[in-house]
Amino acid sequence: MSNTHADTVLFVRDTMLPQQEPPASTVGALGWAKANLFSGWFNTTLTILSALFILYLLSGLVPWFASPTWYAASLTECREILAGHEGACWGVIRERWLQLMFGFYPSELYWRPVLALVLLFVAVAPVLFADYVPSKLLGFTALYPFIAVWLLWGGTIWAPVMALLGFVVAFFVFRYASKQISPALALIAGVIAALLWWMVITPAITPDLSRLLPIGIEAVQSRQFGGFMLSITIGVTAIMCSLPIGILLALGRQSDLVLVKAICVGFIEFIRGVPLITLLFVASTLLNIFMPPGTNFDIILRVMIMVTLFASAYMAEVIRGGLAALPKGQYEGADSLGLDYWQSQRLIIMPQALKISIPGIVSTFIGVFKDTTLVSIISMFDPLGLSNAIRADTAWNGVYWELFIFIGAVFFIFCFSMSRYSMYLERKLQTGHR
Amino acid sequence: MSDLAVDREVDRSQMKVSDEVAIDIVNMNKWYGSFHVLRDINLTVNRGERIVIAGPSGSGKSTMIRCINRLEEHQSGKIVVDGTELTSDLKNIDKVRSEVGMCFQHFNLFPHLTILENCTLAPIWVRKVPRKEAVDTAMYFLEKVKIPEQANKYPGQLSGGQQQRVAIARSLCMRPRIMLFDEPTSALDPEMIKEVLDTMIELAQEGMTMLCVTHEMGFARQVANRVIFMDQGQIVEQNEPEEFFNNPRSERTKLFLSQILGH
Ligand SMILES: Nc1ncnc2c1ncn2[C@@H]1O[C@H](COP(=O)(O)OP(=O)(O)OP(=O)(O)O)[C@@H](O)[C@H]1O
Ligand SMILES: [Mg+2]
Repeated sequence: MSNTHADTVLFVRDTMLPQQEPPASTVGALGWAKANLFSGWFNTTLTILSALFILYLLSGLVPWFASPTWYAASLTECREILAGHEGACWGVIRERWLQLMFGFYPSELYWRPVLALVLLFVAVAPVLFADYVPSKLLGFTALYPFIAVWLLWGGTIWAPVMALLGFVVAFFVFRYASKQISPALALIAGVIAALLWWMVITPAITPDLSRLLPIGIEAVQSRQFGGFMLSITIGVTAIMCSLPIGILLALGRQSDLVLVKAICVGFIEFIRGVPLITLLFVASTLLNIFMPPGTNFDIILRVMIMVTLFASAYMAEVIRGGLAALPKGQYEGADSLGLDYWQSQRLIIMPQALKISIPGIVSTFIGVFKDTTLVSIISMFDPLGLSNAIRADTAWNGVYWELFIFIGAVFFIFCFSMSRYSMYLERKLQTGHR
Repeated sequence: MSDLAVDREVDRSQMKVSDEVAIDIVNMNKWYGSFHVLRDINLTVNRGERIVIAGPSGSGKSTMIRCINRLEEHQSGKIVVDGTELTSDLKNIDKVRSEVGMCFQHFNLFPHLTILENCTLAPIWVRKVPRKEAVDTAMYFLEKVKIPEQANKYPGQLSGGQQQRVAIARSLCMRPRIMLFDEPTSALDPEMIKEVLDTMIELAQEGMTMLCVTHEMGFARQVANRVIFMDQGQIVEQNEPEEFFNNPRSERTKLFLSQILGH
């Protein structure tokens, strides 16, 4: 600016401007459309072309979806109703959706898995929505695995009770021992006590207990499990267990103790280097070879273990990413205050590392849930396996799209809910920039 | 460097140095791999002393004070803090760390916790103080550093100077007997430097034993009873502040002072 005008540059505002409404063409639906759809000739052309394309797709899809075949009892009947037109054959869904949900579970017992699912929501509520649900419910969360197993498999109540008591025994042994010896040794003592309880005492007294106090519900065999019930059972177990195991593996991988580190790295790299299908085959066939003859190691349990291990390895790497993203200063801040290793991990490091890893963790969860469909390879009846079984019925031989669309839609609901939840969680944990 | 502390009246009468030894470092050496960062460090700090550590970048100032609470491990020699020798015994290390407060250049507040939670965390988990009492202590110290109204905000919502004062309050909540400062003001804008230095001066006036790595020479003149000059991992010179600034002995010190004071 030139100096000759210096005297005209002086400006002092004496009245403040009131706030004004923005121009009408920039607000509301009209403003939005103008800014986003019709700004310039190129965008306008694109908008019109896209709209035409969507219309074309819909004109093909809507009649197919809206075909009046809900009450058809077979594919032939569908064809008669459609009389040569293209259309979906929804009769198969009406007739078989319960089977897709529950597999070969006895239909008079459907209430049990349904109740287990409802209780699952009650059990996870205090964890997922800690702000709204009283934390007293956490006690129920801890009991839930035993309740769910009993509801799903049935049988005598003493099996889950004895399993639960094993944990109680371990806890009290640990409590008592940790006053006498170091915490690490006390932990080992607790684990040994629990193993003794499960392997020696439980088999010895459960049969007698069940005879004396025959409390129980009708037992259901693992072979009868199927459909989404099977997917959810395996998926939820793998999801719940893989997070804590993954955290421990990630910490172990960072450990200064060479042996711990080597074991963790070896485990993670081995599991990640092997396809899940291989692990499932190992679970279904090879494990039996190593088991002492006559032991009955439930197939679903074996699959759950394999899927959990598989998910844990991936989880460990996702969490390691979160740990690596934390500045070194956080560790130093915690150390300088005198927090010990587990305290600083639990209070400072993990809350932040897990928060950073939420997108990766949820992706792993979703992946695991969808991978449960692979169990159809080892002739378990997950929804996809069931769709083959349904086609084996002459009435529905040749029905593909309708079944896959239905299965896909149900999976989508679950996976999309998880993804939305993770976004909610990320927003909730947002605590200012930096 | 800035000389912002000159406008303050500092009452040195209460800054008493006792005969009791707070920190004793004897023939301490440290290596990073094959690089000899700290060479034969000998330093005795009495209770109530305020020591400023100066020196060019890379001279090992941070490394030395980080050895005092074992954020870095030394390889030979001896460090005794409050009568506890630092060895690889984890119990000793945790004991020393809970007695020694530390403030960092980048504050290292915990961003997922509120200011109040930052301050109550260690007393509750390390000292096993009841929550109510911990909150009272935290509010007392937050008032002292003049930001009680920020207690329920998160660190990310505070200015740098406010964050550093929270970091000081967080350390004080553990009732430490010694405070270490590693360039607490060098990430701050000038007006924020003043508020942090004010807090530190107040602390000194209450008789806290302090070791500060800082380039604030005004602060050194007013508060310190000893200035230590380090270069290439060694203590090159130590003296009272007046003597140190007006009459430096070694050539290195003279060169450093001429650069830092811009003479
Ligand atoms: N973790 C490390 N590994 C290897 N060398 C390191 C490490 N940390 C510091 N050093 C080196 O040790 C020397 C001393 O570092 P230190 O951080 O103590 O210096 P400083 O005096 O605090 O410097 P500044 O004023 O820049 O903070 C430097 O040469 C640095 O490069
Ligand atoms: Mg430094």
